[in-house]
Amino acid sequence: MNRPRLKKYIKPEHIKDYPVGPSFEAGFLTSENSGWRTEKPVVNNSRCTACRQCYLCCPEGVIFKKDEVIDIDYSFCKGCGICARVCPKKAIIMRQEKENE
Amino acid sequence: MINKNGINARTITDKEFFYGHKACAGCGGSLVVRLALKVLGERTFTVVPAGCMSAVGFIYPQLCFTGNAIISTFAGTASMLSGIAAAAKALGLKDYHVLGIAGDGGTADIGLQALSGAIDRRDKIIYICYDNEAYMNTGIQKSGLTPFGAKTTTTPAGGNIRGTITQKKNLFEIVAAHGIDYAATASIGYTQDFLNKVQKASKVEGTSFIHVFAPCPTGWGTPSDSAIDIAREVVDTGLWYLAEYENDEFILNKNPKEFASVEKYLKQQGRFRHLQEEDIENIIASRDRKWKRMREKWSTNNK
Repeated sequence: MNRPRLKKYIKPEHIKDYPVGPSFEAGFLTSENSGWRTEKPVVNNSRCTACRQCYLCCPEGVIFKKDEVIDIDYSFCKGCGICARVCPKKAIIMRQEKENE
Repeated sequence: MINKNGINARTITDKEFFYGHKACAGCGGSLVVRLALKVLGERTFTVVPAGCMSAVGFIYPQLCFTGNAIISTFAGTASMLSGIAAAAKALGLKDYHVLGIAGDGGTADIGLQALSGAIDRRDKIIYICYDNEAYMNTGIQKSGLTPFGAKTTTTPAGGNIRGTITQKKNLFEIVAAHGIDYAATASIGYTQDFLNKVQKASKVEGTSFIHVFAPCPTGWGTPSDSAIDIAREVVDTGLWYLAEYENDEFILNKNPKEFASVEKYLKQQGRFRHLQEEDIENIIASRDRKWKRMREKWSTNNK
């Protein structure tokens, strides 16, 4: 698996349920970041050449290659817009979230 | 600057080792962490001191490093790296990297002594300083790497004093002065160059240090999509430079014939918007002094 998935965190009820020492499972994600977004990147697949500049420059790592085109994990995209700005083909546009509701 | 045998956008691993973090949208520092870990791979011990990357990466129970990562004391990044390197060696581990990622304050101010010690011992560690030019995590206070003129909460811009009155510390040369095995400066705007340098650092038998310029949209008063462009522009203006130090020699990786407009670079950022003409002239003059010295004394391997 290339990226960690969401897991359900069960709140400890007793002191013995807590991890021993100040450590915990790596890559344990319990919440998404999609609620941060005001704009959403939308990929125009006919323009995309899969050069992967957006993938390389995404601070979140939510862009990935799927069947020779680019796809986005919207659960963790914060909508910063870096991908749209670095795209040499202008294949990504930022669309207001409310338009999609 | 394409590295044909090395790691680039097509050959880099698709695995993500820093995912689901809570950094501000468009954060340059988190891109540094993400890319560095993708170059080094999953067999990497990561040490992060107090600072943005530990604040956004370890929000219990949300733990965003998918590898072995630990928070150190603010001053102790490099000493914890030394400890991990010694322990890994004692355990006879093979094929691993020991990586420290600290901010500008955690490196140039608070963590400098521990870093100096680690370089002195030639411990096999990689130390990356992501430079967002102030203490961003605690609310944009001036650090030793805040440039002249920048407005921070501890160096506000007023009628008499306009922002930071000190110059950015020359951290790269301070580190190089130890006679370190490998040191480099980079910028996330020149992504391929940064990947190459991390890869190079991973092969060094000894201490390596990379000082990478990483814009902070929140602290700098810039749009959230601007980090890459600003990090590119700062190199083009000459206010930041791409260089390496190895075998007792400084090498300038990029030596532009003409610089891009400093005024345009500064005025797009909220932290510099108050600057007056004479301040900008000051900044240009100190840039020119630095470049004159670098061009005279350092060798260059490009255009």
